[in-house]
Amino acid sequence: MLCDVCKVETASVFLTQIVEGKMQKVNMCEACSKEKGVSDPTGFALADLLLGMGAAQPVERSAAEGNRCPKCGFTHSEFTKTGRLGCSVCYSTFSEGLEGMLKGMHKGMRHTGKCPERLQRSLALENEVRTLTQELRSAVEGERYEEAAALRDKIKTLESENLKAAGAGEK
Amino acid sequence: MPTRNILSKGGDWFGGEGPHHQIVVSSRVRLARNLSGKPFPGWAKKVERSAILDLIRPQVEGLPEMSEASSVSCQDLSALEKQVLVERHLISREHAAKGLGSAVVMNRRQTLSIMINEEDHLRMQALRSGLQLRAAFKAINKVDTELEEKLDFAFDSKLGYLTACPSNVGTGMRASAMLHVPALVLSDQINQVVQAVNKIGLAVRGLYGEGTEALGNLFQISNQTTLGEREEEILERLQKVILQVIEHEQNARKTLLQNRPNTLLDHIGRSYGILRHAYSMNSKEALNLLSLAKLGCDLGFYPDNQRRAVDELFMETQPAHLQKGSQKKLATEERDILRSDIIRKKLETFSAPDVDGVMRRGKEGSGAPADPDSAPGTRGQAPFSE
Ligand SMILES: [Zn+2]
Ligand SMILES: [Zn+2]
Repeated sequence: MLCDVCKVETASVFLTQIVEGKMQKVNMCEACSKEKGVSDPTGFALADLLLGMGAAQPVERSAAEGNRCPKCGFTHSEFTKTGRLGCSVCYSTFSEGLEGMLKGMHKGMRHTGKCPERLQRSLALENEVRTLTQELRSAVEGERYEEAAALRDKIKTLESENLKAAGAGEK
Repeated sequence: MPTRNILSKGGDWFGGEGPHHQIVVSSRVRLARNLSGKPFPGWAKKVERSAILDLIRPQVEGLPEMSEASSVSCQDLSALEKQVLVERHLISREHAAKGLGSAVVMNRRQTLSIMINEEDHLRMQALRSGLQLRAAFKAINKVDTELEEKLDFAFDSKLGYLTACPSNVGTGMRASAMLHVPALVLSDQINQVVQAVNKIGLAVRGLYGEGTEALGNLFQISNQTTLGEREEEILERLQKVILQVIEHEQNARKTLLQNRPNTLLDHIGRSYGILRHAYSMNSKEALNLLSLAKLGCDLGFYPDNQRRAVDELFMETQPAHLQKGSQKKLATEERDILRSDIIRKKLETFSAPDVDGVMRRGKEGSGAPADPDSAPGTRGQAPFSE
Protein backbone atom coordinates (compact mmCIF):
# COMPACT_ATOMS: atom_id res chain seq x y z
CA MET A 1 0.00 0.00 0.00
CA LEU A 2 1.41 3.38 -1.01
CA CYS A 3 1.61 6.46 1.23
CA ASP A 4 -1.36 8.77 0.61
CA VAL A 5 0.85 11.83 0.99
CA CYS A 6 3.97 11.17 -1.08
CA LYS A 7 2.55 8.29 -3.12
CA VAL A 8 6.10 6.89 -3.32
CA GLU A 9 6.96 5.15 -0.08
CA THR A 10 5.12 2.20 1.36
CA ALA A 11 2.65 3.22 4.04
CA SER A 12 3.37 2.01 7.56
CA VAL A 13 1.16 4.31 9.63
CA PHE A 14 -2.58 3.96 9.30
CA LEU A 15 -4.94 6.65 10.54
CA THR A 16 -8.68 6.76 10.80
CA GLN A 17 -10.36 10.07 11.32
CA ILE A 18 -13.92 11.23 11.51
CA VAL A 19 -14.65 14.25 9.36
CA GLU A 20 -18.18 15.59 9.64
CA GLY A 21 -19.47 12.23 10.79
CA LYS A 22 -17.81 10.32 7.93
CA MET A 23 -14.91 8.02 8.54
CA GLN A 24 -11.79 8.68 6.52
CA LYS A 25 -8.73 6.50 6.31
CA VAL A 26 -5.29 7.93 5.68
CA ASN A 27 -2.22 5.81 5.10
CA MET A 28 1.26 7.28 5.35
CA CYS A 29 4.89 6.38 5.28
CA GLU A 30 7.09 6.88 8.33
CA ALA A 31 8.74 10.00 6.90
CA CYS A 32 5.47 11.74 6.02
CA SER A 33 3.89 10.94 9.35
CA LYS A 34 6.78 12.72 11.04
CA GLU A 35 6.82 15.61 8.66
CA LYS A 36 5.12 18.53 10.32
CA GLY A 37 4.76 21.00 7.50
CA VAL A 38 2.47 19.18 5.13
CA SER A 39 1.65 21.90 2.57
CA ASP A 40 -0.72 19.91 0.42
CA PRO A 41 -4.17 21.45 1.10
CA THR A 42 -5.84 18.04 1.11
CA GLY A 43 -3.43 17.05 3.83
CA PHE A 44 -4.60 19.93 6.03
CA ALA A 45 -6.64 17.94 8.54
CA LEU A 46 -3.94 15.35 8.57
CA ALA A 47 -1.31 17.92 9.39
CA ASP A 48 -3.44 19.24 12.22
CA LEU A 49 -3.81 15.76 13.53
CA LEU A 50 -0.12 15.10 13.56
CA LEU A 51 0.70 18.45 15.13
CA GLY A 52 -2.02 18.01 17.73
CA MET A 53 -0.86 14.63 18.87
CA GLY A 54 2.86 15.11 18.63
CA ALA A 55 4.65 13.40 15.79
CA ALA A 56 6.83 11.31 18.06
CA GLN A 57 3.86 9.36 19.31
CA PRO A 58 2.71 6.22 17.57
CA VAL A 59 -0.40 7.29 15.71
CA GLU A 60 -1.87 3.98 14.74
CA ARG A 61 -5.62 3.84 15.15
CA SER A 62 -7.98 1.04 14.36
CA ALA A 63 -11.40 1.63 12.86
CA ALA A 64 -12.94 0.13 15.98
CA GLU A 65 -11.94 3.19 17.98
CA GLY A 66 -14.15 5.20 15.65
CA ASN A 67 -15.37 8.10 17.76
CA ARG A 68 -12.13 9.86 18.48
CA CYS A 69 -11.34 13.53 17.94
CA PRO A 70 -8.99 13.76 14.94
CA LYS A 71 -7.39 16.85 16.43
CA CYS A 72 -6.68 15.88 20.02
CA GLY A 73 -7.43 12.16 20.29
CA PHE A 74 -10.18 12.67 22.84
CA THR A 75 -12.82 9.93 23.05
CA HIS A 76 -16.47 9.94 23.92
CA SER A 77 -15.95 7.66 26.88
CA GLU A 78 -13.55 10.25 28.29
CA PHE A 79 -16.30 12.85 27.97
CA THR A 80 -18.74 10.61 29.82
CA LYS A 81 -16.21 10.40 32.64
CA THR A 82 -15.31 14.07 33.07
CA GLY A 83 -18.04 16.07 31.35
CA ARG A 84 -15.26 18.13 29.72
CA LEU A 85 -14.14 18.03 26.09
CA GLY A 86 -10.60 17.67 24.76
CA CYS A 87 -10.25 20.63 22.38
CA SER A 88 -12.33 23.06 20.34
CA VAL A 89 -12.48 20.60 17.42
CA CYS A 90 -14.22 18.07 19.72
CA TYR A 91 -17.37 20.18 19.32
CA SER A 92 -17.64 19.10 15.68
CA THR A 93 -16.29 15.60 16.33
CA PHE A 94 -18.97 14.87 18.90
CA SER A 95 -21.59 17.30 17.59
CA GLU A 96 -24.32 14.67 17.34
CA GLY A 97 -24.24 13.71 20.99
CA LEU A 98 -23.70 17.27 22.14
CA GLU A 99 -26.72 18.75 20.47
CA GLY A 100 -29.29 17.23 22.80
CA MET A 101 -27.16 18.05 25.79
CA LEU A 102 -26.78 21.72 24.81
CA LYS A 103 -30.49 21.97 24.16
CA GLY A 104 -31.23 20.93 27.74
CA MET A 105 -28.56 23.19 29.17
CA HIS A 106 -29.08 26.51 27.45
CA LYS A 107 -31.63 29.09 26.39
CA GLY A 108 -31.03 28.64 22.70
CA MET A 109 -28.88 26.71 20.28
CA ARG A 110 -27.31 29.58 18.43
CA HIS A 111 -24.77 32.08 19.73
CA THR A 112 -26.00 35.63 19.35
CA GLY A 113 -23.43 37.43 21.46
CA LYS A 114 -19.95 38.80 20.95
CA CYS A 115 -17.96 37.70 17.94
CA PRO A 116 -14.19 38.26 17.71
CA GLU A 117 -13.57 41.50 15.82
CA ARG A 118 -11.01 39.90 13.58
CA LEU A 119 -13.57 37.34 12.46
CA GLN A 120 -16.18 40.04 11.98
CA ARG A 121 -13.82 42.02 9.81
CA SER A 122 -13.05 39.03 7.63
CA LEU A 123 -16.76 38.17 7.33
CA ALA A 124 -17.46 41.76 6.29
CA LEU A 125 -14.67 41.54 3.72
CA GLU A 126 -16.07 38.29 2.37
CA ASN A 127 -19.48 39.89 2.01
CA GLU A 128 -18.00 42.83 0.19
CA VAL A 129 -16.10 40.54 -2.18
CA ARG A 130 -19.32 38.65 -2.88
CA THR A 131 -21.17 41.85 -3.76
CA LEU A 132 -18.33 43.11 -5.93
CA THR A 133 -18.16 39.78 -7.74
CA GLN A 134 -21.83 40.08 -8.64
CA GLU A 135 -21.25 43.61 -9.89
CA LEU A 136 -18.29 42.37 -11.89
CA ARG A 137 -20.41 39.71 -13.54
CA SER A 138 -23.08 42.19 -14.57
CA ALA A 139 -20.41 44.61 -15.79
CA VAL A 140 -18.94 41.89 -18.01
CA GLU A 141 -22.38 40.92 -19.26
CA GLY A 142 -23.11 44.55 -20.02
CA GLU A 143 -19.72 44.80 -21.76
CA ARG A 144 -18.65 47.65 -19.49
CA TYR A 145 -15.04 46.52 -19.55
CA GLU A 146 -13.41 49.52 -17.91
CA GLU A 147 -15.73 49.17 -14.91
CA ALA A 148 -15.11 45.42 -14.84
CA ALA A 149 -11.35 45.90 -14.73
CA ALA A 150 -11.66 48.35 -11.82
CA LEU A 151 -13.90 45.93 -9.95
CA ARG A 152 -11.51 43.05 -10.52
CA ASP A 153 -8.62 45.08 -9.07
CA LYS A 154 -10.69 46.02 -6.07
CA ILE A 155 -11.62 42.40 -5.43
CA LYS A 156 -7.97 41.36 -5.64
CA THR A 157 -6.94 43.98 -3.10
CA LEU A 158 -9.69 42.95 -0.69
CA GLU A 159 -8.83 39.28 -1.00
CA SER A 160 -5.17 39.86 -0.23
CA GLU A 161 -6.18 42.01 2.75
CA ASN A 162 -8.32 39.19 4.05
CA LEU A 163 -5.48 36.71 3.70
CA LYS A 164 -3.18 39.02 5.62
CA ALA A 165 -5.74 39.47 8.38
CA ALA A 166 -6.20 35.72 8.68
CA GLY A 167 -2.44 35.22 8.74
CA ALA A 168 -2.04 37.62 11.66
CA GLY A 169 -4.27 35.38 13.73
CA GLU A 170 -2.01 32.39 13.51
CA LYS A 171 0.07 32.76 16.64
CA MET B 1 8.13 40.53 45.51
CA PRO B 2 4.93 42.05 44.14
CA THR B 3 2.82 38.97 44.92
CA ARG B 4 3.57 39.32 48.62
CA ASN B 5 2.37 42.92 48.41
CA ILE B 6 -0.83 41.85 46.77
CA LEU B 7 -1.40 39.30 49.49
CA SER B 8 -0.81 41.77 52.28
CA LYS B 9 -3.71 44.03 51.39
CA GLY B 10 -7.30 43.41 50.38
CA GLY B 11 -8.64 44.45 47.00
CA ASP B 12 -10.47 47.62 46.07
CA TRP B 13 -13.58 45.70 45.16
CA PHE B 14 -14.27 44.79 48.79
CA GLY B 15 -14.63 48.41 49.80
CA GLY B 16 -18.33 48.46 50.60
CA GLU B 17 -19.13 51.03 47.97
CA GLY B 18 -21.00 51.22 44.71
CA PRO B 19 -24.72 51.22 43.96
CA HIS B 20 -26.85 49.20 46.41
CA HIS B 21 -23.72 48.39 48.38
CA GLN B 22 -25.67 47.70 51.57
CA ILE B 23 -27.21 44.57 50.11
CA VAL B 24 -25.01 43.79 47.13
CA VAL B 25 -21.49 43.21 48.41
CA SER B 26 -19.84 42.69 45.04
CA SER B 27 -20.35 42.02 41.36
CA ARG B 28 -18.24 39.78 39.20
CA VAL B 29 -18.14 38.93 35.50
CA ARG B 30 -15.90 36.24 34.10
CA LEU B 31 -15.25 35.16 30.54
CA ALA B 32 -13.91 31.76 29.47
CA ARG B 33 -11.74 31.63 26.36
CA ASN B 34 -9.62 28.98 24.67
CA LEU B 35 -7.03 28.88 21.95
CA SER B 36 -8.26 27.43 18.71
CA GLY B 37 -7.24 23.82 18.07
CA LYS B 38 -5.12 23.44 21.21
CA PRO B 39 -6.06 20.79 23.74
CA PHE B 40 -7.98 22.19 26.73
CA PRO B 41 -5.94 22.27 29.99
CA GLY B 42 -7.61 19.18 31.44
CA TRP B 43 -6.72 17.09 28.38
CA ALA B 44 -3.39 18.66 27.39
CA LYS B 45 -0.19 16.87 28.24
CA LYS B 46 2.20 18.63 30.61
CA VAL B 47 4.45 19.83 27.80
CA GLU B 48 1.51 21.13 25.78
CA ARG B 49 0.08 22.91 28.82
CA SER B 50 3.36 24.66 29.49
CA ALA B 51 3.65 25.64 25.83
CA ILE B 52 0.13 27.12 25.94
CA LEU B 53 0.99 29.03 29.12
CA ASP B 54 4.13 30.43 27.45
CA LEU B 55 2.01 31.54 24.52
CA ILE B 56 -0.70 33.27 26.55
CA ARG B 57 1.18 34.70 29.52
CA PRO B 58 3.25 37.39 27.75
CA GLN B 59 0.11 38.66 25.99
CA VAL B 60 -1.76 38.93 29.29
CA GLU B 61 1.18 40.59 31.02
CA GLY B 62 1.42 43.03 28.12
CA LEU B 63 -2.14 44.30 28.55
CA PRO B 64 -2.35 48.00 29.44
CA GLU B 65 -4.60 47.00 32.38
CA MET B 66 -1.79 44.84 33.72
CA SER B 67 0.97 47.45 33.77
CA GLU B 68 1.36 47.07 37.54
CA ALA B 69 0.20 43.52 37.77
CA SER B 70 1.49 40.61 39.68
CA SER B 71 1.91 37.53 37.58
CA VAL B 72 2.63 34.31 39.38
CA SER B 73 2.93 30.64 38.47
CA CYS B 74 0.73 28.32 40.49
CA GLN B 75 3.66 26.16 41.52
CA ASP B 76 5.32 29.23 43.09
CA LEU B 77 2.43 29.86 45.45
CA SER B 78 2.22 28.15 48.83
CA ALA B 79 -1.01 26.42 49.84
CA LEU B 80 -1.73 29.30 52.21
CA GLU B 81 -1.17 31.98 49.59
CA LYS B 82 -3.47 30.15 47.21
CA GLN B 83 -6.13 29.96 49.91
CA VAL B 84 -5.84 33.71 50.55
CA LEU B 85 -6.43 34.32 46.83
CA VAL B 86 -9.44 31.97 46.91
CA GLU B 87 -10.90 33.88 49.88
CA ARG B 88 -10.50 37.11 47.92
CA HIS B 89 -12.19 35.55 44.89
CA LEU B 90 -9.10 36.18 42.79
CA ILE B 91 -8.68 32.53 41.89
CA SER B 92 -11.07 29.59 41.97
CA ARG B 93 -10.75 26.55 44.22
CA GLU B 94 -9.98 24.54 41.07
CA HIS B 95 -7.15 26.87 40.17
CA ALA B 96 -5.72 26.65 43.68
CA ALA B 97 -5.24 22.93 43.05
CA LYS B 98 -3.08 23.61 39.97
CA GLY B 99 0.68 23.56 39.82
CA LEU B 100 3.11 23.54 36.92
CA GLY B 101 1.68 24.93 33.69
CA SER B 102 -0.87 27.26 35.29
CA ALA B 103 -0.61 30.87 36.39
CA VAL B 104 -2.61 33.87 37.53
CA VAL B 105 -2.15 37.52 36.60
CA MET B 106 -3.84 40.13 38.82
CA ASN B 107 -3.84 43.90 38.64
CA ARG B 108 -2.67 45.86 41.65
CA ARG B 109 -6.16 46.95 42.70
CA GLN B 110 -7.29 43.32 42.54
CA THR B 111 -10.23 44.21 40.37
CA LEU B 112 -9.02 42.07 37.46
CA SER B 113 -7.69 38.58 37.60
CA ILE B 114 -6.80 36.30 34.73
CA MET B 115 -6.29 32.61 35.37
CA ILE B 116 -4.30 30.79 32.73
CA ASN B 117 -4.94 27.06 32.28
CA GLU B 118 -7.71 26.67 34.78
CA GLU B 119 -10.46 24.55 33.23
CA ASP B 120 -10.16 26.70 30.12
CA HIS B 121 -7.01 28.28 28.72
CA LEU B 122 -8.24 31.64 29.96
CA ARG B 123 -10.60 32.52 32.76
CA MET B 124 -10.71 36.30 32.98
CA GLN B 125 -12.72 38.16 35.57
CA ALA B 126 -13.50 41.66 36.70
CA LEU B 127 -14.67 42.39 40.25
CA ARG B 128 -16.51 45.47 41.49
CA SER B 129 -18.04 46.42 44.81
CA GLY B 130 -21.80 46.94 44.97
CA LEU B 131 -24.12 46.21 42.07
CA GLN B 132 -21.97 47.02 39.05
CA LEU B 133 -22.44 44.13 36.67
CA ARG B 134 -22.29 46.32 33.59
CA ALA B 135 -19.13 48.10 34.70
CA ALA B 136 -17.51 44.74 35.47
CA PHE B 137 -18.54 43.40 32.06
CA LYS B 138 -17.22 46.50 30.32
CA ALA B 139 -13.85 46.09 31.98
CA ILE B 140 -13.42 42.42 31.19
CA ASN B 141 -14.85 42.77 27.70
CA LYS B 142 -12.16 45.34 26.94
CA VAL B 143 -9.48 42.92 28.09
CA ASP B 144 -11.00 40.22 25.89
CA THR B 145 -11.08 42.49 22.84
CA GLU B 146 -7.44 43.40 23.39
CA LEU B 147 -6.39 39.77 23.76
CA GLU B 148 -8.29 38.48 20.75
CA GLU B 149 -6.15 40.68 18.51
CA LYS B 150 -3.11 38.71 19.70
CA LEU B 151 -4.49 35.25 20.35
CA ASP B 152 -6.52 33.01 18.10
CA PHE B 153 -9.57 32.15 20.22
CA ALA B 154 -11.67 29.07 19.53
CA PHE B 155 -14.91 30.44 18.10
CA ASP B 156 -17.68 28.83 16.13
CA SER B 157 -20.22 30.96 14.26
CA LYS B 158 -23.07 28.79 15.55
CA LEU B 159 -21.88 27.87 19.06
CA GLY B 160 -19.84 30.95 19.87
CA TYR B 161 -16.81 30.67 22.14
CA LEU B 162 -15.90 27.01 22.62
CA THR B 163 -15.14 25.95 26.19
CA ALA B 164 -13.94 22.79 27.91
CA CYS B 165 -17.34 22.32 29.54
CA PRO B 166 -20.41 22.59 27.28
CA SER B 167 -22.20 24.48 30.05
CA ASN B 168 -20.05 27.55 29.32
CA VAL B 169 -20.20 27.52 25.53
CA GLY B 170 -21.56 30.56 23.68
CA THR B 171 -20.69 33.76 25.51
CA GLY B 172 -18.42 31.93 27.95
CA MET B 173 -19.73 34.48 30.43
CA ARG B 174 -20.68 33.93 34.04
CA ALA B 175 -21.94 37.06 35.78
CA SER B 176 -22.68 36.98 39.47
CA ALA B 177 -23.48 39.19 42.42
CA MET B 178 -22.92 38.47 46.09
CA LEU B 179 -25.95 39.50 48.14
CA HIS B 180 -26.27 40.00 51.88
CA VAL B 181 -29.89 39.19 52.78
CA PRO B 182 -30.18 38.65 56.56
CA ALA B 183 -33.80 39.78 56.80
CA LEU B 184 -34.95 37.27 54.16
CA VAL B 185 -33.24 34.56 56.20
CA LEU B 186 -34.57 35.78 59.59
CA SER B 187 -38.12 35.93 58.25
CA ASP B 188 -37.90 32.50 56.58
CA GLN B 189 -38.49 33.89 53.11
CA ILE B 190 -35.15 32.94 51.65
CA ASN B 191 -36.15 29.49 50.36
CA GLN B 192 -39.08 30.98 48.52
CA VAL B 193 -36.81 33.55 46.92
CA VAL B 194 -34.18 30.96 45.99
CA GLN B 195 -36.81 28.77 44.36
CA ALA B 196 -38.28 31.67 42.42
CA VAL B 197 -34.87 32.74 41.15
CA ASN B 198 -33.97 29.16 40.19
CA LYS B 199 -37.19 28.81 38.28
CA ILE B 200 -36.23 31.57 35.89
CA GLY B 201 -32.92 30.00 35.02
CA LEU B 202 -30.55 31.71 37.42
CA ALA B 203 -28.42 29.92 39.98
CA VAL B 204 -28.38 30.81 43.67
CA ARG B 205 -25.96 29.35 46.14
CA GLY B 206 -24.69 30.13 49.59
CA LEU B 207 -21.37 31.89 49.43
CA TYR B 208 -19.63 29.88 52.10
CA GLY B 209 -20.57 26.49 53.41
CA GLU B 210 -21.66 23.40 51.54
CA GLY B 211 -24.89 22.75 49.73
CA THR B 212 -27.84 24.75 50.95
CA GLU B 213 -26.15 26.07 54.08
CA ALA B 214 -25.39 29.74 53.66
CA LEU B 215 -23.06 31.33 56.15
CA GLY B 216 -23.17 35.01 56.93
CA ASN B 217 -26.50 35.28 55.07
CA LEU B 218 -24.48 35.72 51.88
CA PHE B 219 -25.80 34.36 48.62
CA GLN B 220 -24.52 34.44 45.11
CA ILE B 221 -26.85 34.82 42.15
CA SER B 222 -25.51 34.05 38.69
CA ASN B 223 -26.63 33.19 35.17
CA GLN B 224 -26.85 29.49 34.47
CA THR B 225 -27.01 29.55 30.68
CA THR B 226 -24.46 30.98 28.27
CA LEU B 227 -25.78 30.03 24.82
CA GLY B 228 -28.66 31.66 22.97
CA GLU B 229 -28.62 35.12 24.53
CA ARG B 230 -26.39 38.12 24.03
CA GLU B 231 -24.15 39.17 26.93
CA GLU B 232 -26.23 42.31 27.47
CA GLU B 233 -29.44 40.29 27.63
CA ILE B 234 -27.98 37.97 30.25
CA LEU B 235 -26.77 40.92 32.33
CA GLU B 236 -30.11 42.68 31.99
CA ARG B 237 -32.02 39.61 33.16
CA LEU B 238 -29.69 39.14 36.10
CA GLN B 239 -29.81 42.81 37.05
CA LYS B 240 -33.61 42.84 37.06
CA VAL B 241 -33.83 39.82 39.35
CA ILE B 242 -31.18 41.18 41.71
CA LEU B 243 -33.12 44.46 42.00
CA GLN B 244 -36.19 42.45 42.91
CA VAL B 245 -34.31 40.51 45.57
CA ILE B 246 -32.99 43.81 46.98
CA GLU B 247 -36.53 45.08 47.18
CA HIS B 248 -37.68 41.93 48.97
CA GLU B 249 -34.84 42.20 51.45
CA GLN B 250 -35.69 45.84 52.14
CA ASN B 251 -39.33 45.02 52.66
CA ALA B 252 -38.39 42.16 54.96
CA ARG B 253 -36.22 44.55 57.00
CA LYS B 254 -39.03 47.04 57.36
CA THR B 255 -41.47 44.32 58.33
CA LEU B 256 -39.09 42.95 60.96
CA LEU B 257 -38.55 46.38 62.43
CA GLN B 258 -42.24 47.16 62.55
CA ASN B 259 -43.81 43.82 63.39
CA ARG B 260 -41.13 41.87 65.27
CA PRO B 261 -38.85 44.51 66.80
CA ASN B 262 -37.94 42.30 69.77
CA THR B 263 -36.70 39.47 67.58
CA LEU B 264 -34.58 41.91 65.63
CA LEU B 265 -33.26 43.75 68.69
CA ASP B 266 -32.41 40.45 70.34
CA HIS B 267 -30.35 39.37 67.34
CA ILE B 268 -28.59 42.71 67.02
CA GLY B 269 -27.90 43.00 70.76
CA ARG B 270 -26.60 39.44 71.13
CA SER B 271 -24.33 39.73 68.12
CA TYR B 272 -22.87 42.93 69.58
CA GLY B 273 -22.28 41.31 72.96
CA ILE B 274 -20.68 38.17 71.61
CA LEU B 275 -18.50 39.87 68.99
CA ARG B 276 -17.14 42.28 71.60
CA HIS B 277 -16.67 39.79 74.43
CA ALA B 278 -16.00 36.32 73.05
CA TYR B 279 -12.60 34.65 73.48
CA SER B 280 -12.99 31.86 70.97
CA MET B 281 -15.03 31.85 67.78
CA ASN B 282 -15.18 29.57 64.77
CA SER B 283 -15.51 30.90 61.27
CA LYS B 284 -19.17 29.98 60.94
CA GLU B 285 -20.19 31.82 64.10
CA ALA B 286 -18.08 34.82 63.13
CA LEU B 287 -19.71 35.12 59.71
CA ASN B 288 -23.20 34.88 61.13
CA LEU B 289 -22.56 37.46 63.87
CA LEU B 290 -20.77 39.83 61.51
CA SER B 291 -23.77 39.56 59.21
CA LEU B 292 -25.97 40.87 62.03
CA ALA B 293 -23.50 43.67 62.78
CA LYS B 294 -23.63 44.61 59.09
CA LEU B 295 -27.43 44.59 59.23
CA GLY B 296 -27.15 46.81 62.32
CA CYS B 297 -25.12 49.33 60.32
CA ASP B 298 -27.65 49.29 57.48
CA LEU B 299 -30.57 49.87 59.86
CA GLY B 300 -28.89 52.75 61.68
CA PHE B 301 -28.09 50.95 64.95
CA TYR B 302 -24.45 51.89 64.46
CA PRO B 303 -22.98 55.09 63.05
CA ASP B 304 -21.90 54.83 59.44
CA ASN B 305 -18.19 55.21 60.19
CA GLN B 306 -18.22 51.79 61.87
CA ARG B 307 -19.32 50.00 58.72
CA ARG B 308 -15.84 49.66 57.28
CA ALA B 309 -14.55 47.67 60.27
CA VAL B 310 -17.37 45.16 59.93
CA ASP B 311 -16.85 44.77 56.18
CA GLU B 312 -13.13 44.21 56.67
CA LEU B 313 -13.70 41.58 59.34
CA PHE B 314 -15.68 39.44 56.90
CA MET B 315 -12.45 38.94 54.99
CA GLU B 316 -9.93 39.09 57.83
CA THR B 317 -11.57 36.30 59.81
CA GLN B 318 -11.46 33.82 56.92
CA PRO B 319 -9.16 30.87 57.77
CA ALA B 320 -6.30 31.67 55.39
CA HIS B 321 -6.39 35.41 56.11
CA LEU B 322 -6.14 34.63 59.82
CA GLN B 323 -3.30 32.26 59.24
CA LYS B 324 -1.20 34.47 56.99
CA GLY B 325 0.03 36.72 59.81
CA SER B 326 1.38 33.76 61.77
CA GLN B 327 4.72 32.12 61.24
CA LYS B 328 3.57 28.63 62.13
CA LYS B 329 0.52 26.67 61.14
CA LEU B 330 -2.26 27.21 63.66
CA ALA B 331 -4.45 24.46 65.07
CA THR B 332 -8.21 24.94 64.91
CA GLU B 333 -8.52 26.06 68.55
CA GLU B 334 -5.65 28.51 68.11
CA ARG B 335 -7.34 29.94 65.06
CA ASP B 336 -10.64 30.35 66.92
CA ILE B 337 -8.86 32.24 69.71
CA LEU B 338 -6.98 34.43 67.25
CA ARG B 339 -10.20 35.14 65.36
CA SER B 340 -11.98 36.40 68.46
CA ASP B 341 -8.89 38.46 69.42
CA ILE B 342 -8.89 40.19 66.03
CA ILE B 343 -12.61 40.88 66.21
CA ARG B 344 -12.47 42.27 69.78
CA LYS B 345 -9.56 44.50 68.89
CA LYS B 346 -11.16 45.83 65.74
CA LEU B 347 -14.48 46.49 67.47
CA GLU B 348 -12.90 47.99 70.61
CA THR B 349 -14.38 51.41 70.01
CA PHE B 350 -17.58 50.11 68.44
CA SER B 351 -20.51 51.86 70.10
CA ALA B 352 -23.49 49.93 71.46
CA PRO B 353 -26.55 49.64 69.21
CA ASP B 354 -28.58 52.83 69.25
CA VAL B 355 -31.88 51.10 69.92
CA ASP B 356 -33.79 54.19 71.03
CA GLY B 357 -32.70 56.18 67.98
CA VAL B 358 -33.76 53.50 65.53
CA MET B 359 -37.12 52.92 67.21
CA ARG B 360 -37.80 56.65 67.42
CA ARG B 361 -37.00 57.21 63.77
CA GLY B 362 -39.16 54.20 62.92
CA LYS B 363 -42.14 55.72 64.75
CA GLU B 364 -41.64 59.09 63.10
CA GLY B 365 -42.98 57.32 60.03
CA SER B 366 -40.02 57.45 57.70
CA GLY B 367 -39.39 53.79 58.37
CA ALA B 368 -35.95 52.32 58.55
CA PRO B 369 -33.18 54.20 56.83
CA ALA B 370 -33.29 52.49 53.50
CA ASP B 371 -30.77 52.25 50.71
CA PRO B 372 -31.28 55.59 49.02
CA ASP B 373 -30.63 54.21 45.51
CA SER B 374 -33.50 51.84 45.47
CA ALA B 375 -37.11 52.46 44.83
CA PRO B 376 -39.24 51.74 47.90
CA GLY B 377 -42.32 49.86 46.87
CA THR B 378 -44.48 47.32 48.52
CA ARG B 379 -44.97 44.44 46.21
CA GLY B 380 -46.47 41.10 47.08
CA GLN B 381 -44.52 38.00 47.85
CA ALA B 382 -43.88 36.48 44.48
CA PRO B 383 -43.28 39.14 41.89
CA PHE B 384 -40.38 37.28 40.31
CA SER B 385 -40.63 37.59 36.64
CA GLU B 386 -38.25 38.38 33.86
ZN1 LIG C 1 5.05 9.40 2.36
ZN1 LIG D 1 -10.53 17.37 20.26
